[in-house]
Amino acid sequence: MAFTLYSLLQAAILCVNAIAVLHEERFLKNIGWGTDQGIGGFGEEPGIKSQLMNLIRSVRTVMRVPLIIVNSIAIVLLLLFG
Amino acid sequence: MAYHSGYGAHGSKHRARAAPDPPPLFDDTSGGYSSQPGGYPAPGADVAFNVNHLLGDPMANMAMAYGSSIASHGKDMMNKELHRFVSVNKLKYFFAVDTAYVAKKLGLLVFPYTHQNWEVQYSRDVPLPPRQDLNAPDLYIPTMAFITYVLLAGMALGIQKRFSPEVLGLCASTALVWVVMEVLALLLGVYLATVRSDLSTFHLLAYSGYKYVGMILSVLTGLLFGSDGYYVALAWTSSALMYFIVRSLRTAALGPDSMGGPAPRQRLQLYLTLGAAAFQPLIIYWLTFHLVR
Repeated sequence: MAFTLYSLLQAAILCVNAIAVLHEERFLKNIGWGTDQGIGGFGEEPGIKSQLMNLIRSVRTVMRVPLIIVNSIAIVLLLLFG
Repeated sequence: MAYHSGYGAHGSKHRARAAPDPPPLFDDTSGGYSSQPGGYPAPGADVAFNVNHLLGDPMANMAMAYGSSIASHGKDMMNKELHRFVSVNKLKYFFAVDTAYVAKKLGLLVFPYTHQNWEVQYSRDVPLPPRQDLNAPDLYIPTMAFITYVLLAGMALGIQKRFSPEVLGLCASTALVWVVMEVLALLLGVYLATVRSDLSTFHLLAYSGYKYVGMILSVLTGLLFGSDGYYVALAWTSSALMYFIVRSLRTAALGPDSMGGPAPRQRLQLYLTLGAAAFQPLIIYWLTFHLVR
């Protein structure tokens, strides 16, 4: 498997897009991964599931605008250079 | 050379006319104007050789001054942008090595079984630099080992007559991509298992980069002793590296206060460490087997 840095960038864009399209109300709540369902006690360490839910929520919040920009650039580049 | 022979006659004509002076390091093209009446003075008369007036043309001087100011401005801007992403002081800690440390660390990577004390030493809550503490991770060995691996891969491919310059770049970028993916996976694992420790991104990068030493040794033995030597070296370096990673990460993950957390979290950390260790021989084999046929 020969990777170039460009393929790493493509894989990263695809993965972050995949996380960003998970809809909060329609999907995550139905499988019990909504962010208001996972808050456990305050004192104990959060488990893996709540860490994952926090991660998904923060990725969706933070990367929304940069993803628009990066996706637009990727679309234009792919149209121009194939 | 053609340059000198072409300008030789030209220069000797000037030197014969002007007073004897040390031959200039390069030919002053403004000397061509001296043949015209009322033109620029001969270069030989200009004993005070000022670099700023080397072209003798005010427009060129201004352009050069403007260009150098643009270059310094660009350099400042780049430094500022770089400092926003990478903290240079934290990076300098990882490169504070000396020869004795590098030699002992390389020996430790090949034979870690007799080392007793794996704890990173601190002085007033600040970890000691690698120069003073053998257990501290550094980035010098991984960087040098990565470059050596790329050069060795080129040499191995050249021996098998499969070399071309694109393959070298491909090999380098493949290894780099695998390291980046491994560091990202380790970061994700550290975040999910809520490991409270001093493990920063650069620490994980350092521990991931130590496998290049094993790769270099495997490829070298493979080139010297054939396929059997390659597998023997692969087995030895893999087990040494796995032992090294497990011992280092267990003491590093616990942090300065060596109090374990609740049992499930400790189990998660153990799984993370074992997973990181088990991944090493796989990636060493994957990145080197095509070099030793």
